[in-house]
Amino acid sequence: MTGASLVVTDLRVEFSGFVAVGGVSFDAHPGEVRFLIGPNGAGKTTCIDAITGLTKATGSARHGDQELLGRPVHKIVRLGVGRTFQTASVFDELTVLQNLDIAAGRHRSSFSLLRARRGVDPSIEHALEETGLTGELTTPAGILSHGQKQWLEIAMLLVQDAKVLLLDEPVAGMSQDERTATGELLQRIAAKRIVLVVEHDMDFMRRFATRVTVLHQGQVLSQGTVAEVQADPKVQEVYLGTAGAATTAAMAVVLEKEG
Amino acid sequence: MTKNQESGMTKMKPWISLGGIGVLAVLLLAVAPLVLSDHWLNNLGKYSCWAIAAVGIGLAWGRGGMLVMGQGVFFALGAYSMAMHLTLETAGDRVPGFMVLYDPLAPLPMFWEPFRSTGFTLLAIVLLPVVVAGALGYALFKRRVKGAYFAILTQALAVALATLISSTIRETGGDTGLSDFKYFFGFVLNDPANRLMVYLIAAGLLIVCLLAVWQFYRSRFGELLVATRDAEERVRFLGYDPANVKLVAFVVSALMASIGGAMFVPIVGIITPAEIGAAASILMIAGVALGGRASLFGPALGAMAVGWGQSSLGSTWPDGWPYVLGLLFIVVILFLPYGLSSLPARFAALRRRPPKEQPAPAPAPAELEEVHS
Ligand SMILES: Nc1ncnc2c1ncn2[C@@H]1O[C@H](COP(=O)(O)OP(=O)(O)O)[C@@H](O)[C@H]1O
Ligand SMILES: [Mg+2]
Repeated sequence: MTGASLVVTDLRVEFSGFVAVGGVSFDAHPGEVRFLIGPNGAGKTTCIDAITGLTKATGSARHGDQELLGRPVHKIVRLGVGRTFQTASVFDELTVLQNLDIAAGRHRSSFSLLRARRGVDPSIEHALEETGLTGELTTPAGILSHGQKQWLEIAMLLVQDAKVLLLDEPVAGMSQDERTATGELLQRIAAKRIVLVVEHDMDFMRRFATRVTVLHQGQVLSQGTVAEVQADPKVQEVYLGTAGAATTAAMAVVLEKEG
Repeated sequence: MTKNQESGMTKMKPWISLGGIGVLAVLLLAVAPLVLSDHWLNNLGKYSCWAIAAVGIGLAWGRGGMLVMGQGVFFALGAYSMAMHLTLETAGDRVPGFMVLYDPLAPLPMFWEPFRSTGFTLLAIVLLPVVVAGALGYALFKRRVKGAYFAILTQALAVALATLISSTIRETGGDTGLSDFKYFFGFVLNDPANRLMVYLIAAGLLIVCLLAVWQFYRSRFGELLVATRDAEERVRFLGYDPANVKLVAFVVSALMASIGGAMFVPIVGIITPAEIGAAASILMIAGVALGGRASLFGPALGAMAVGWGQSSLGSTWPDGWPYVLGLLFIVVILFLPYGLSSLPARFAALRRRPPKEQPAPAPAPAELEEVHS
């Protein structure tokens, strides 16, 4: 195991009395593709919001020896924690290159901001190759396909040199091939980084997860390898019982396949 | 034409725009003095001052998304700094003109004294807007005040400052304003040669401001500013503090407004609260919107056009002019949200409209054409 881990302890988020996340603990290490799953409204996005400083939370979220909670968003990013959003949010009016260049910019001096860009940073070229976007260098991000936008977001995290990548439903709306490509991409980049994926798609989870945490109503329901989690009766109850129909169906398929 | 082009993130070769600035420089600095009468040259100087402020508004609003409705405040900082100096220079050892009318025996207000100095005055024109906009912008942007709240707040400041000046006739000349300047840093303002020099300084400063934003727009900062305008939260998640990005653009726009205000004084010969209040601030915005807020030349040319309308139609048909301006404004907002400068690009797109929807039409050079539009 190389590099620092992300350790979340007793994370709590309340929205005016409503407990969205009620004391969640989990950790993630470099080298694994870590999944956070759960039915709609389980609090997955809220967990990421809390870790990245978007939402106020109590408890602790540490990256190595750095406490993340309580810092402003941009400071947390500068500590190496990056994220994507459920809806792809790239700068539509800027080209792929400009998007990546801005993402790479936090390592530059303010003065160099006043100059025009000359050439393409090696880190950007590398991220483009990694995500298969090399041919789209001068394409405005707004006209990329949905899948490409998600890849661009991941590429932005790469040039940002994020050590922790928190990805909120990165394969939602992708075709099967795109999902496979994304999963393989995540496995590659996870070698040296912490990758935490929030996902709905059980099939995708099953294929690419190393460890899984299942959230339900703001609590950790189960934690472990894919097989362990799927064998957990509590998980089966939530997914086969009262939870959201779409997720139930998806999980049922997975459970059947697993036997 | 993609939306990109109209809203300013053109893939235009920056050198074409630079050529455009060159053409404008030749027109303003060489051609205009040869062909225009003294009267119209003076008017063009006045429009140039508004245009300088407009270039700053283009930066803050067009590229930065901050609807700066109170640029009159910064225009006033420059204008009144200059006017106080010229008033004192004109008065020499005697009582300044505005005090003779009201209370010739009163002592000169304390804050006037330093403006006797040329150096202090020039420094004030540059530093006052930087300090005021810096403090104001810091307070507002760190608190994430934006959109309509930001617009209303800046507008309210312009109203407040105009009211303050109106009500302090002993200290500032009140509604009558400051006027009758005889000298401009030692040069007699009556002399046509000196008036030409003052015009050339104003026009030259406009060119300098255009060059400054040209560099801003092609720099990484320009891209970051557009990104902040379009998705402030996203920028935060890339490790930047958007407040700082906006602050830089806001301070630069305030500085430009102050420079415009400072040159306005020797050219027009009078400064009053009416020139810096709500109506004046909105007129500056109107010019920028007409011309095209996110383009390089749109704000300056729009401001000049509105200034020209103001002094031609506005004086021959004062009752009708506000309606003409209002109507023009509505038409542009409705049909050309990116201003008149997006017109050539629109036409080009119409002419070469592909048979079916196509993803990325090649960008066409539009900005040079703006110079002639
Ligand atoms: N800003 C907010 N204000 C109030 N309630 C919220 C807010 N954000 C999320 N919630 C609630 O918190 C719960 C968890 O939401 P979320 O984390 O988005 O779930 P998911 O697991 O689907 O990502 C939901 O019940 C949601 O309605
Ligand atoms: Mg969610």
